[in-house]
Amino acid sequence: MAHISKRNRRKERETQQALNNRLELVKEGFTRRDLIKIGLMTAAGVLIPKSGLTHAQVASSNYGGGGCYNGCDLGCSPQPNAVFVDPLPIPPQLPSRPLTDPGLQFGAPPQLFPNNTINPATGLPFEGRGQFNGTLRPGTDFFQFFNQYPTQKYFVQRMRANTNFRITSDTNIPAQTIWGFNLGGSDPSDVATFPAPTIVTNYQQPWVVRRFNELPTQSQNGGFGVPEMSTHLHNFHSAPESDGGPCRWFFRGQYFDYYYAAQQAGFASTHQPNGDINESLSTLWYHDHRMDHTAENVYKGLAGFQLMFNQFDTGNETTGFRLPSYPQFDIPIILTDKLLDHSTGKICFDTFNFKGLLGDVQLANGTFKPFLSVNKRRYRFRILNGGPSRYYELFLTDPLSTGTVIPFWVIANDDLLPTPLQVTSIRLGVAERYDIIIDFNQVKNLIGSHTKVRIENRLQQDDGQGPSCNIFSAGQGTSCVEFQIGAAVTDASVDPATHPQFYQLPSIITPRITRNFKFDRDNGQWVINNRFANCNDLRFTIQQNSAENWNLSNPRNDWEHPIHTHLEQHRILRRSNNGGRYSSYSGSSSYSRGGCPFGGGGAGISTQFPGVPNVEVSRKDTTRLQGEEDVTTFSRFRDFVGDYPIHCHNTVHEDHAMMLLFQVQPNVIDNNQNP
Amino acid sequence: MKGMTRRKWLVAAGATTALAGTTDLFGQDKPMNDRRYDFQDISPRELIQRRHLPNVELITQDNQKVRFYVDLVKDKRVVIQFMFARCKDICPVITHNLAKVQRLLEGRVGSDIFFYSITLSPEEDSPRDLKDFAKKHGAGAGWTFLTGKPDDILRLRKSLGFFYNDPKEDADRNNHSGMLVVGTEPLMRWAMCQGGADPKWIATVIRTEVDAPLMGSVDGIKQVDPAVRVLTPKTMDKDVPPMHVHRN
Repeated sequence: MAHISKRNRRKERETQQALNNRLELVKEGFTRRDLIKIGLMTAAGVLIPKSGLTHAQVASSNYGGGGCYNGCDLGCSPQPNAVFVDPLPIPPQLPSRPLTDPGLQFGAPPQLFPNNTINPATGLPFEGRGQFNGTLRPGTDFFQFFNQYPTQKYFVQRMRANTNFRITSDTNIPAQTIWGFNLGGSDPSDVATFPAPTIVTNYQQPWVVRRFNELPTQSQNGGFGVPEMSTHLHNFHSAPESDGGPCRWFFRGQYFDYYYAAQQAGFASTHQPNGDINESLSTLWYHDHRMDHTAENVYKGLAGFQLMFNQFDTGNETTGFRLPSYPQFDIPIILTDKLLDHSTGKICFDTFNFKGLLGDVQLANGTFKPFLSVNKRRYRFRILNGGPSRYYELFLTDPLSTGTVIPFWVIANDDLLPTPLQVTSIRLGVAERYDIIIDFNQVKNLIGSHTKVRIENRLQQDDGQGPSCNIFSAGQGTSCVEFQIGAAVTDASVDPATHPQFYQLPSIITPRITRNFKFDRDNGQWVINNRFANCNDLRFTIQQNSAENWNLSNPRNDWEHPIHTHLEQHRILRRSNNGGRYSSYSGSSSYSRGGCPFGGGGAGISTQFPGVPNVEVSRKDTTRLQGEEDVTTFSRFRDFVGDYPIHCHNTVHEDHAMMLLFQVQPNVIDNNQNP
Repeated sequence: MKGMTRRKWLVAAGATTALAGTTDLFGQDKPMNDRRYDFQDISPRELIQRRHLPNVELITQDNQKVRFYVDLVKDKRVVIQFMFARCKDICPVITHNLAKVQRLLEGRVGSDIFFYSITLSPEEDSPRDLKDFAKKHGAGAGWTFLTGKPDDILRLRKSLGFFYNDPKEDADRNNHSGMLVVGTEPLMRWAMCQGGADPKWIATVIRTEVDAPLMGSVDGIKQVDPAVRVLTPKTMDKDVPPMHVHRN
C-alpha cells in the first residue's frame, strides 16, 4: 500500500505544480512564442521537459489564448475526487412493448412503407424514414423482408436530454446535460441515460424499435450536439432503411421505425431461410450516425449496447456454449474519455477540431473510475471503445503489485472467435469490441491476499491522430474500472482453458473482385482514393451476394484509422507495413511516430494470415488501419440491396468526412478497382 | 522575448525542473482531497466565442476595418475558409467551388448566409490583391475577403482549427487546409465541410446546416425565426439521388 500512496502523492504534487506553473506562466503573460523561444516548447506545441507541465497539456491548447483559461483542453479538466468509490452502472434492459402501446400507435403502427403523412403539429411527416439528407424521397425505404419475417417484438425509445446526469458522486463536479435514449415511456420521469438501455434480442425473432426524436432545440444544445438523429445498429446485418446510416437522419418531432429481420447473413442467399449460423453476432452497439455530427452526438451520450442471443450463445451458462449468464455475470462496459471545461466543470467538446479529440476524464459506463464488486468466478465482459478518438491497450493490474502479470481470455473480437485465446492485453480502436472472460478465482490465486484488480489502459496517446508506440509500465497508465473480488459462488460457465469450440469462421471464397481504398489527406481534407465524401454519390456498386477483397491503405505514419464497414462483417487476411510509399505528403521525418502496430496481446501472430494477430483472426466490422499499413479484408455482401457507407470510426475523422457510400444491387457488374 | 522579466524567467525555469518520466498524467488513481473548484456560470455560447471566435481586427478587400466576432460572426450564419491570393494549387479550386456554391444558394449569400475568405499571407496580400482575387473568381456580394496583422491571422487560424500538429506540414502554406467551417453562431452549431467536394454537395451541406434547426418540434409549436426562410424538407436538398430499387 505504502508505495502506491507515495507514488500518487508525488503525482498529485506534480499535477498541482504543473497547474501552478501553467497558471503562472499565463498570468505572467507568456505567449506560446515566448515558450518556444526559451526552448520550453517546440513549434508543434510539444513541451520539452515533462511530467510537471506536460506535453499533452500544452499540445492541444488553444493558440494564444492561455491554455486552461480557455476551457476545453486536454490536461485542463477538473478531476473528480471520487476514485473507485462509485459503483459501475449497469445499463437497464429495454423492455419490449405490446403493439397497443400508445407510442407504437402514434401516427400509425409500424408498417411496410414509411408513414409520410404530415403531422399537423410539426408540419413534417410523422415518420422520418424515407428522408435522405433531410429530404423526403416518396416511395423509398420500405422495409425489405417485412412480410416474410413478421415482427415478433416491439420496442420504443425516446431520445431526450437529461440535465441532471452525474459522472461522479464528487459534488464538486456539477451535474451534466447529456442526450440519450430512454426506456420508451412518454412520461417525463422516463429520463434518458448513458449508457443507453441495453437492447436484448434473439435471432429468428424479428423486432422493431420505434425511436422518437424528443431532443431540445438546436439553441439548447449546451455548446455541442445537433438534434437530428440517425441511429445505427453497429454491425448488425441490416437493410439500409433500418441501418441508421449517415444520410438517413430525422428531425425533432418525428419518429423512425427500425425493422430488423433478425436472421444471420446468408438468409436470403447462401443459407436460406435463416442464414449461416457461423455469422451469428453477439455484441453490438447502437449510436447516432448523423452525417458531419456523429462525434459530438455520440460524445453527448447517444450510445448503448445491443446483445444478440441464439440457441448457442444463450445468455444462460447452463446451455449452449455455456458462457457466463446474462445479466448477472455478463456485463457490458463502454469506455469513453471526456473533457470537462476548466471554468464550468461541464463536459465540453471542440467542434473545431478535425484531427481527433482526446479526453482526460476516463469514464466506464458513464462513471468516472467506478468499481464493480465481483465474486470469485468467471465473468464475461463486453468491452467497447466508445470513442471519439482514443485507442486503448487494456491490461489487468494489481495496484498493490503492479509486476504481477494477470492473463485473461478473449472470446470475441468484434464477434466470437472459434475458441478462446489467452492474452495479457487487448487493443481497441474506436468502435471495436472485445468480449473477454476473467476468471476471478484464478486472478485471486495470482494476487494472493490482495482483493482488487483494475482494467488499466497502458497505451500512450498524445493527440487524436493515433496512439504512440509506447506502452506505459503497469500502474503508470489510466485505470478504467476496479474489480473488488469477494466470495466464491457457483459457476456453471465453461472454462475457457478447456478450449471450448464456438462458431467456425465462415469460409473464405474466391472474391469476384479486389478493390483498393487509400485513406489519405489532401490539403487537410480526408479523401478515399483522392475523392471526397458525398451522400449523393454512390461510388461503386457491388453485385448482390458476391464476395470481394479490399485492400485498405494508410500512407501516413502519423495517423491511424479504425475502418468500419456496414452490411456484413469482414475477415482480415493480411497486414503489412507499406513504408509510406504512397504518401501524398512527405511530411516531417522528425514528427514520425512509426506505425505503432498492435503486437497481439500475448496471443501471437497468425501463421496463416500474414501479420494478423491471432485475436484478429475473427469476424470484424471495424479494423484498425495502423500507420503506414496495408490491410486486406474479405467480405460478402448478401441478402439486402441499397446503399451503405465505409468510414473511419475515429468519429472526428468520420465527421470531416472520411467516408464513402457504395451500393449493393443485383445484376450490376462494376469492375472499378479504385472507386 | 520582448517584455521578458526576471520573474518570467524564474517561472519558466521552474517549469523545467519538474521530474521527467513516462506516466500518463491523467491516471491519478487516488482521491485528491484538497481539490475545490470555483466554477463559474458561463454560457456555452460565450465559451465558444472565447475559445474559437476571437474578436481580432481584420481589413476587408474594400479597406474597411472590421472585428471578427462582433462584425462578422455574431448572430450570423457563416462559411469560413482560408486562402491566399498567390496560391496556385488548391485555392483556385476551392474558390471556384465556392463561387459555384454561391450561385447554387440562390441569393442567400449576403442575405442570411455570409462567406469569409481569410488570407494566410497577410504580409503579402493587400486589400487590393484580395479585391482582384475576388473579382477574378466572380465572388459576389456577401462574400468578404479579409487580411489583418499576421499575429491576429495566426491566432484566428489556430482558434478555428485550421492547423496541423506536424510543424513542417503546418508551415507549408501550399498544403493549407481546404476545409470550410460552416456555422450558425447563435445556435452553437458548427460543422466542417470539404472545400474540394462537389459544389452541389457543399451547397446541400450549407443549406442543411442552416435550415435543419428550424425543422420540427416536440411540443407542437413550430420554431419561428423570422430572420430565416423556413424551407420544407422537400426543397432542402435539390440534388437527391434517384431512389433505390428495393425488392421485397
